[in-house]
Amino acid sequence: MTNQRPDPDELLELVQRKEKKASRGKLKLFFGASAGVGKTYAMLAAARQMRSQGVDVVVGVIETHGRKETEAMTEGQEILPLKEIPYRDRILKEFDLDAALARKPEIILVDELAHSNVAGSRHPKRWQDVEELLASGIDVCSTVNVQHLETLNDVVSGITGINVWETIPDRVFEEADEVVLVDLPPDELLQRLKEGKVYLPQQAERAIQNFFRKGNLIALRELALRRTADRVDEEMQQYRRDSSVLPVWKARESILACISSGVGSEKIVRSAARLAGLLDAPWHVIYIETPELQSLPESKRHQTLKILKQAQDMGAETASLSGSDAALIAVQYARQHNLVILMAGRDHLRSWRPWRRTFVEKVGALASDLDVILISRESSNRHGLIQQVLQSQVDRMENDWQNYAWAALACAVTTLISAPLNTVFELSNIVMLFLLTVVFVALKLGRGPAVLASFLSVAAFDFFYVPPRFSFAVSDVQYLMTFFIMLAVGLITGQLTAGLKYQAKIAQSRENRFRALYEMSRDLSGALVPEQIAEISGRFIESQFGAKASIILSEPVVLSDMEDKLKSPIAATTKPPVIDISIAQWAFDHEEPAGNGTDTLPGSPVLYLPLKAPMRVRGIFAFEPSDSENLMTPEQRRLLDTFARLIAIALERIHYVEIAQSTIVTMESERLRNSLLSAISHDLRTPLSILVGLADSMAMTKPPLDSQQLEIASAMRMEAMRMTALVNNLLDMARLQAGKVKLNQQWSFIDEVVETSLREEKAMLEDYKVMVNLEENLPLLKIDSVLMERVFCNLLENAAKYTPKGSEIKITAADGGTVVNVYVEDNGPGLPQGREEEIFKKFERGEKESATPGVGLGLAICRAIIEAHGGTIRAENKSTGGARFILSLTKGTPPEIEPEMDVAGLEK
Amino acid sequence: MAGDSTKPVVILIEDEIQIRRFVRMALEAEGCVVHESDTIKRGLIEAATRHPDIIVLDLGLPDGEGVDFIHDIRNWSEIPILILSARTEEKEKVRALDAGADDYLTKPFGVAELIARIRAHLRRRTSGKNENQGVIEFGSVRIDWQKRIVERNGKILHLTPIEYRLLTYMASNPDCVLTQKQILKSVWGPSHSEDVHYVRIYMGRLRKKIEDLPSQPKHIMTESSVGYRFIL
Repeated sequence: MTNQRPDPDELLELVQRKEKKASRGKLKLFFGASAGVGKTYAMLAAARQMRSQGVDVVVGVIETHGRKETEAMTEGQEILPLKEIPYRDRILKEFDLDAALARKPEIILVDELAHSNVAGSRHPKRWQDVEELLASGIDVCSTVNVQHLETLNDVVSGITGINVWETIPDRVFEEADEVVLVDLPPDELLQRLKEGKVYLPQQAERAIQNFFRKGNLIALRELALRRTADRVDEEMQQYRRDSSVLPVWKARESILACISSGVGSEKIVRSAARLAGLLDAPWHVIYIETPELQSLPESKRHQTLKILKQAQDMGAETASLSGSDAALIAVQYARQHNLVILMAGRDHLRSWRPWRRTFVEKVGALASDLDVILISRESSNRHGLIQQVLQSQVDRMENDWQNYAWAALACAVTTLISAPLNTVFELSNIVMLFLLTVVFVALKLGRGPAVLASFLSVAAFDFFYVPPRFSFAVSDVQYLMTFFIMLAVGLITGQLTAGLKYQAKIAQSRENRFRALYEMSRDLSGALVPEQIAEISGRFIESQFGAKASIILSEPVVLSDMEDKLKSPIAATTKPPVIDISIAQWAFDHEEPAGNGTDTLPGSPVLYLPLKAPMRVRGIFAFEPSDSENLMTPEQRRLLDTFARLIAIALERIHYVEIAQSTIVTMESERLRNSLLSAISHDLRTPLSILVGLADSMAMTKPPLDSQQLEIASAMRMEAMRMTALVNNLLDMARLQAGKVKLNQQWSFIDEVVETSLREEKAMLEDYKVMVNLEENLPLLKIDSVLMERVFCNLLENAAKYTPKGSEIKITAADGGTVVNVYVEDNGPGLPQGREEEIFKKFERGEKESATPGVGLGLAICRAIIEAHGGTIRAENKSTGGARFILSLTKGTPPEIEPEMDVAGLEK
Repeated sequence: MAGDSTKPVVILIEDEIQIRRFVRMALEAEGCVVHESDTIKRGLIEAATRHPDIIVLDLGLPDGEGVDFIHDIRNWSEIPILILSARTEEKEKVRALDAGADDYLTKPFGVAELIARIRAHLRRRTSGKNENQGVIEFGSVRIDWQKRIVERNGKILHLTPIEYRLLTYMASNPDCVLTQKQILKSVWGPSHSEDVHYVRIYMGRLRKKIEDLPSQPKHIMTESSVGYRFIL
């Protein structure tokens, strides 16, 4: 249930805010996208209108920027003179805050809220002046441009390239009571600008011209509109929050449906569900088991439980309560759960007991504020119910004949014991003895035998003790009274005792159940492996049910949940039940109980309960009651359900613990590998960098080295560079080898990769004829450009290494339907015949023991990278001689790009 | 530093003494004054007191993140920052460039390359920033800022507004590595910060319009998975 009440803190804040606002003046902002949209004009127009309505409006300060239309608007308005502030050798005019405070109009117009005051004013910023005006209770109208909002400042300068120094905190904007958006389409603004209606100061003209570009204006307008929209949205929410204060304490409509055992209950549940759906309200369904109902046969109680479960599936909260006064319990439950509508079945007045009030009448008497909805039960149910009660009584009668015999025996014994006492005690004490017997019988044997005992006692008392003795005749009429009272007391005490005992029994078994559940859930919370869970649950099952049980887990998460198979069962109890795995699989697949006591294969001695956890079904709980003939009571069944739920949650928790652990291990090992690799790479590369640098420096020393020394220096450099390439390859291989290469894939053009790799290998390719021929309009490919660059570098290096100087190296790319094919070819000696595939293996080289340096990693790296991209690479000899490497990269679906409106007139 | 006032001042922040040695040698041979530092902390002090013309910064320093250093410097100065980084530090590089660094060199780097880069940045610094108010020429292309015209071989080149913005943005930051993020933010605005493919597509179109050989460009150079560099 969601909490519908406003947070108290929120309410407090609201109250404070309102208090604060009441005494403060109101701030009305005229908000625009840029200068020149007509904010000042709009403000003055508003002022005019207010003035004509007799409002005391004063113009505090207005920046007309020499616009004639605006100036015209100030005519006839009261204008506060500006304050003259000496600044260096000039006199600057500034808004006169003190004069405004002294004048104290209802509304004051203060233009350009973001304006910075001249040094020497009271506040550095005009918005601070306005704050003071507001604090003194004066309403203020002001103007603001979108770029003046502090948080948007960066954005605006990013768009327009002009920094705005005058800003106001966003708070001022957000706290303004009213914001009026003054909007003007960019084209009109530009038109106005052209016509000279918007005046631009000379010195800043160029900057401003840059600013007043159409693209900028559109962007600024969008910003202003969005910002206003945000504000309106906020206001809406604010309004909702505020107005939710009124019905705050009125609880939301919520429904309590009370069902009794048997027919009609389903209809009540369905009606409640429908109503709850209509009202979008939470709903509860309760079953109150009164002593009267408790005597119903088990199958009826099963049915009730099933209805409760249906209700639960429909989204209700359900509870099964017991007590003698159903109405009182229902009302209490409604109070506890804040439920305002009570639904119950309509009961007919029992004509044979007219003094009894119906359930609903009692509810009405107990809680007059509850709304009660009566649902008609389906026809002829009453009759059925009564029959059931009678039937059940007959059943009990038959079952419990022994109890009645015991009751009769108890009466006989009492008679025998009291016989010798007759001479010692008064008859009234004998009566007490009989009553005591009735109480005992009620306590031990239940209600029916107690009734029998009452009658027998009266009869025995009359027969054996009341004069004339050994006859049912009565000499003194007084004794009739005694009999009657004795019978009444006996019956009543018997009833009460039996009822109390029943309640006590229920309470105790419930407590036991709760304690057992509590202990089990405590133990389960510590379990770490499924075996532990099985063991804990086995302990519980044995103590609570004396039954056999097993847990059957489903296979650990496979991606396709549809194919989940059950694993072999884990025995929970010492003697596991015999499992029929096909029933278990059925229960698992359908997520419904099967086997003993269910609608599916009830013949099986074992009950299979799916272990439903919040995320998915975790397995099956197989349960074989000790006496499979004996159906479980609803309490037991409920207990078992709860218990299965607990196991499921524990299993799920374990599952996620495992996932978390393995994730941590993977992350940890990845981190370790990365830090190791980068440490190695740093340590290897640093000396190489130094070597290259020092060799370079040597070559550049003054006076210049002679040619031989120069050659040595450049050879040193070249070797160091080659070493670097080797280290790069080794490290790349190590990284690729480690398994999960994380590709940093972006949509890129192959052209750029070719470009960068050619640049990279420039020194190497100096003496070769490189030709690039990439087809136009190749699509974007999703590639890791750094790794892809390694592929091309390696291929180019290879080509340079294995072909004589002056050879041709050609890079071609062409669209090949679903792929883009890239060819790197040379006209050198070509690849060793028949080994075109092997050269891609690690440490494999075309010619063994060749003088050409290298370890044979380059092509292996190429293949690893290309395959990580889901592409292919192969090599072949051209018919015209020379080697050719063919890369095929799959095309994806590149993201769309918005076509640009090619605005003509850029060149204007 | 008496008498050195006309010489460019370089601050070199690098923890590897041998690298410092040859870089210093090379720069001094170029007529620069070099101040060395082996930690970020010292580097900040040097930067604040020596009035440097350029800072050369190694990203892997023992006492902190190079990115933080750049942020610190960028709070008060626009001085060019050149980064030295290892090849595996792509992300670091991008972060540093986004933070405001101007250029990077991957180790191992050639001294000649380093000198060329430093010269370019010093030239950019001295030639002033108001250049972009006038005319820029490179290769066969001429941009007239004032008239908002781009010509190639004397003929007016038709560019869309975005292409124009992209070209002028690149051309006004020559020799600097501009990250994809920076380009997106400056040309398309902050709402497009994820659409890296826009940059690639427009860069490709622009190349076709201004480069003689778009597959082997001379002006708009790709920096793999980092961004682009414009060379005049």
